[in-house]
Amino acid sequence: MSTPHGGTLVDHTASERKSARLKEETREMKSIRLTSGLRKDVQNLANGVYSPLTGFLCGNDFDWVLEESRLSDDTPWTLPIILDVTEEQRKELSIGEEISLLTEEEEPFATLEVEELYGFDKKRMARKIYGTEDQDHPGVKRVMNMKDHLVGGDILQFKKNSTDFEKFHLTPKETRILFREKGWRTIVGFQTRNVPHMGHEYVQKTALSFVDGIFINPIIGKKKAGDYRDEVILAAYDTLMDKYYLKGRAVMSILEAEMRYAGPKEAVFHAIMRKNFGCTHFIVGRDHAGVGDYYGPYDAQDIFDEFPDLDITPVFFKSFTYCEKCGGAVDGHICPHDDKNRENFSGTKMRNMFKEGKTPPEHMMRPEVAKTVLRYEDKFVGDQK
Amino acid sequence: MTEKNYTTVSIPKPLAKKIKKRMEGTGFNSMSSYVTYVLRQVISSMEEEEKAEEFSKEDEEKVKERLRALGYLD
Repeated sequence: MSTPHGGTLVDHTASERKSARLKEETREMKSIRLTSGLRKDVQNLANGVYSPLTGFLCGNDFDWVLEESRLSDDTPWTLPIILDVTEEQRKELSIGEEISLLTEEEEPFATLEVEELYGFDKKRMARKIYGTEDQDHPGVKRVMNMKDHLVGGDILQFKKNSTDFEKFHLTPKETRILFREKGWRTIVGFQTRNVPHMGHEYVQKTALSFVDGIFINPIIGKKKAGDYRDEVILAAYDTLMDKYYLKGRAVMSILEAEMRYAGPKEAVFHAIMRKNFGCTHFIVGRDHAGVGDYYGPYDAQDIFDEFPDLDITPVFFKSFTYCEKCGGAVDGHICPHDDKNRENFSGTKMRNMFKEGKTPPEHMMRPEVAKTVLRYEDKFVGDQK
Repeated sequence: MTEKNYTTVSIPKPLAKKIKKRMEGTGFNSMSSYVTYVLRQVISSMEEEEKAEEFSKEDEEKVKERLRALGYLD
């Protein structure tokens, strides 16, 4: 199993006794209300998903991440984990004070020790992280809409975020103990935002044949209209794993985080998070975490050459299709047939079929998985009446 | 910013010569970036070997109990 990134698995969750005390003390503290995305960041900092980070980045680390894709101690780190505040909030805060962090519903759930207050250049951040200042890029748009100042410092979480998917929520500490109990020494991580089709299964099982276990880790969080709803993705995977995976070789748990659509830099970030869960390998496909045509199809694979010290092995897959002559999923390395024999695993096509209440063909999706998806009246974000 | 993040290290000239030869065809355009790459690789593999993971007994039991309750462990 991989050692945690930076050497130590961070645990910044308060003990029961301290939690009880902090619940009282935070009533007297100044507070900042967080968005759901930032609340997830706090939980990921507290649980060690973002190890070795123990809080929101201070200015020096922020600059290092932007310029070098590393923390100031040379540890690889590609996306800044930052907390933005308004000018008014900045004026109210002082260095060294402990403040309360609130959920969107204004419930205190964590504290932050203010270590540094600093300004930042949004355009520079967009350029360095996303490679563009184009505000049509959802990540850039998000940066440009951020408040003007940043606050850095360690966090301590005393109230766990509530989730609709408690059954599927494991922390890095839990997955590490689970993998060890299962006797897995090598584990491949798979990141997903979709219901599984036959192409996904091909990729997962190809990788799984070389390691002890697979860790399927769907990202749960804010999605675009038209994306599958979280419960549909989880139910579809649950069905697939129940019918077509060896129970002792596959584990699924969710990752509550928001997509940044930073393409190559986010691919490395995704690998780092899975390393913290204990993975030794991580699957990186075509245009991983990309959006539109901002990144080349394999930029998210090439970037790994810059990190000889990442200590998680990326497993690269090029494009894969269904070949009717081979009778299964293939990629360019293994199939000698013409394009006319091949059919893309088109997510859009399958989504459209579901919208019409139709079942995708068996060579595209397992019938049991399709049946699970069809069971939901509201399959997609924005479907709810 | 970038410049102040770097420092100079002296190495023997014959070693530098060897490194230059070794760099040929690797795609690296400077000896500094090649040496940085190699050193990061070496140091990270040394650190990887040195680390052992430990959780407290209490933590382990608590986690295993939850994993059993959720059906992840028998």
